[in-house]
Amino acid sequence: MRHMHSRWGSQISFLSLALVLVALPFVMQNDFHFDIATQIAIIAATVVGLNLLVGFAGQVSLGHAAFFAIGAYSSAILTSRYGFTPLPAMLAGAVGVAVLALILGKPILRLKGHYLSMATLGLGIIIAIIINNEGWLTGGPDGIPVPPLSVFGMELSIFEQYEIAGYTLSGTLLWYILAAGLLLVAVWIAQNLIDSPIGRALRAVHGSEVAARVVGVDTTRYKALVFVISAVYASVMGSFFAHYSGFITPQIASFQHSIELITMVVLGGMASTYGVILGAALLLLLPQLLTDFQDYEMMMFGLILMLTMIFMPKGLLPTFQQILRRALRRSPKTDP
Amino acid sequence: MLAEFLQYLFSGITTGAIYALVALGFTLVYNASHVINFAQGEFLMIGGMATVSLLALGIPLPLAIFMAILLAGILGILLQRLAIAPAKHADVITLIIITIGASIFLRGLAQLIWGKELHALPSFSSTESLHVGGAVMYTQSLWVLGIATVIVLALVVFFKYTLMGKAILATSMNKRAAQLVGIRIQWVLMIAFMLAATLGAVAGVAIAPISFTTYDIGIMLGLKGFVAAAIGGLGSGVGAVVGGLLLGIAETMTAGYISSEYKDAVAFLLILLILFFMPRGLFGSRVAERV
Amino acid sequence: MHGIFRLSMVWLVLVLGLWVPAQAAEPIKIGAFVSATGPAAFLGDPELKTLEMYVARINAAGGVLGRPLQLIHYDDGGNASEARNYASRLIRADRVDFIIGGSTTGTTMAAVPMIEQARIPFISMAGAIVITEPVKPWVFKTPQSDRMAAQRILADMQSRGITRVGLLSGTDGFGSSGRAQTLEVAGDFGIEIVADLTYGPQDTDMTAQLTRIRNTAGVEALLNFGFGQGPAIVTRNYAHLGMTLPFYQSHGVASDRFLELAGAAAEGIRLPASPLLVPDDLAEDDPQRPVVQAYKEAFEAQWNMRVSTFGGYAYDALMLAVKAIETAGTTEPGAVRDALEGIRGHVGVTGIYSFSPTDHMGLAVESFRILEVRDGRWVLID
Repeated sequence: MRHMHSRWGSQISFLSLALVLVALPFVMQNDFHFDIATQIAIIAATVVGLNLLVGFAGQVSLGHAAFFAIGAYSSAILTSRYGFTPLPAMLAGAVGVAVLALILGKPILRLKGHYLSMATLGLGIIIAIIINNEGWLTGGPDGIPVPPLSVFGMELSIFEQYEIAGYTLSGTLLWYILAAGLLLVAVWIAQNLIDSPIGRALRAVHGSEVAARVVGVDTTRYKALVFVISAVYASVMGSFFAHYSGFITPQIASFQHSIELITMVVLGGMASTYGVILGAALLLLLPQLLTDFQDYEMMMFGLILMLTMIFMPKGLLPTFQQILRRALRRSPKTDP
Repeated sequence: MLAEFLQYLFSGITTGAIYALVALGFTLVYNASHVINFAQGEFLMIGGMATVSLLALGIPLPLAIFMAILLAGILGILLQRLAIAPAKHADVITLIIITIGASIFLRGLAQLIWGKELHALPSFSSTESLHVGGAVMYTQSLWVLGIATVIVLALVVFFKYTLMGKAILATSMNKRAAQLVGIRIQWVLMIAFMLAATLGAVAGVAIAPISFTTYDIGIMLGLKGFVAAAIGGLGSGVGAVVGGLLLGIAETMTAGYISSEYKDAVAFLLILLILFFMPRGLFGSRVAERV
Repeated sequence: MHGIFRLSMVWLVLVLGLWVPAQAAEPIKIGAFVSATGPAAFLGDPELKTLEMYVARINAAGGVLGRPLQLIHYDDGGNASEARNYASRLIRADRVDFIIGGSTTGTTMAAVPMIEQARIPFISMAGAIVITEPVKPWVFKTPQSDRMAAQRILADMQSRGITRVGLLSGTDGFGSSGRAQTLEVAGDFGIEIVADLTYGPQDTDMTAQLTRIRNTAGVEALLNFGFGQGPAIVTRNYAHLGMTLPFYQSHGVASDRFLELAGAAAEGIRLPASPLLVPDDLAEDDPQRPVVQAYKEAFEAQWNMRVSTFGGYAYDALMLAVKAIETAGTTEPGAVRDALEGIRGHVGVTGIYSFSPTDHMGLAVESFRILEVRDGRWVLID
């Protein structure tokens, strides 16, 4: 299997990602670019967590947006209505999601293949319906405002300027730095998990669950564990997303959003942490890129998604790597 | 009391029959290829919308319906040939994303051709309503039920008595073995997609006089059809029909007796419960997991 | 491999597109984000068509302040997060002078914090009362609030002696906000809501909900708050069940298209709407008459589809923006905003607008007319 990348290789990949994130502010032209980049980083971190479940453990979730939404709504509701500060609110959301995932994980993960997808889909839609219907708490379909993120009384708003060590930095830049940092932490945790004994057990589950069970891997426990971890990833990032965007609606819990998240994983390259980041980036950029097509926008979106998956079924990054590897292998022979 | 119950039952069975037809489409494709075709709902839309626009051209209703269904069948074949076949070595989840891409594409195309307005289709018979035991029933509901019954019977005959039907069944049970006895898998897949698209279009035309039709009507009906198929146990024809009817009736009964706000949630709760206690749905096959 | 190469090129070209530099700031830039597709396309589609058409007409007539208008518009698909991002793009990348948009309350409210901070005059085309109450300095809106719609309907019920009402509403933003407002103000009119049911915006059959309302003891009238296909199906189910309760709809169905869809089943329905649907019923001396007639004629001639109340919101928003810029004599945001707030007695398609520092919606309850469907057409009742 190709997961046998050396420690060294994975460190180089990690450094490359960090370099890209540091370099981006020098390429981006205006605050709108920063705005999109920040959101990409937050969603990418969510998808890195989802990929642990889908890409490595091979369990397809069609309801992950629900966990993202629970995190986001916990932050929104607890800070604006119950006087919580953002970090405890975020923590409360994450704990709530972890407990929910733990309770539901066992019966859901007993299911196989499409039945698992079906159950996660059902769960996601039920949560979306509750958020939509309980307007007294959630603001209903018209959404709810979220106060800006604040840490120890210091508010971080994209609209403010901040004096830090003699430099004036915009809130937009600071939010980008925070989001980029979150993405790096998310990747670092995910990579460590993948290289740990748990990760090896998970890959065994993906390869063949029966075989894994025969050699003594407690498959259900590992699957439940990774389900909880990926749900918590989604919840925490949902909280950050809510504070960043300042206003959320039940759409973030919708089936459609769940589909978007899973599409990012598959588009970028399942089981490739850096691939799914690319997937998230491209899928979030695509609507912005297609605005010139106007009436053809939806058609183009579908067409590009379809063609990419037909011609690169392994996802973007793994396909590029494959081409690169082939090119490298061939080049010494052609050299004189 | 009885009249009220009958009223809920009538509308439940009508929507349920539509769900069942959509679910049968999912089942056919799933059996032949193990793909969940998320573009299935779009064939409903194409059936309804194409009929509306053909009707506007002055083509009589029966011919318009026939042409619309034919169009959907051709699109089903194209979907299989152009989108699914080239990616035959892909993971199942990749194939699912391809069908999602296809459904967005078809919806975008429909929106370009037909616009975003709602359209009405006339009822198939001239009288609109019938009174039965104090409750009222659309005559169109009878059409829906009649069409669904004929289709289910036709499918039974198809799978039991025709070579092609048997080939599809054989492929769904064991692809390798089917290939060895000379069944051309690609041909089987094409037929399965075509049949599924046709079923979807029939459902779309049949429901349009009751529910109207528009470019995005396939999203929700497609999802409900998938849910019905899963309740019944993916891959079981009986399951799809039972699942569809069960879902439709559960929805209206909940809206009628418990809470209209949570009727959809109840439907999905039903799925969770069924799956928790019967992990392969009501009629799912109990094949051992392959190592 | 060729396919992969070509696909990669497509992605590359698309990504590089983001870095194309902005154009020179010669024209007046009007930014718009509307829900031209998705579940709220009923609103966004006629809105966008109206904006496109009238920007072209204004330019053909010499523009504003001698400068042409440039319409930069994005389709948020009814998604609040996307609406927020497009507002960000309009402000930060396109650097527009004025923003019109937000077909729904959710998409509007998601963009509001960004717009308030950037200090750009903004006119929303969505209904809910939260948009302009409390007043936000840079946020205005053209439609009447859903509370006004509820008040207008309930007042008409009261005048007919109705006191017990069955309420049905969609679970989308429009329906649930309308439901909340109706429940809140019903008591002011001595009306009791005896049944309160909902349906999903994509449902295909509401017979069960209607049966429950019909069987509710003492119910005297039916009110449906919703838009899209829902109300048309409700209307058809209502006739099918042979119900005879007085039937009210909201302004969510105020278009001729609704009559075509619901057919004979719509007979006798009452609803609050802008006079756009009854241009010929307006009194000769009604100041709105010429405006309404001109808009309806122009829209239907250009797009070959029926006008709806929603396109009217966009027409009013654009004309108010133009008037404010002309009055200010500049596109400087502060001056335009002040000019907008100072507009009094502006005759629009929806009503007659008089803004003030405490009122950024500018319409009176009376701007809603009560219409009834008689012999398949709208008739002005009040």
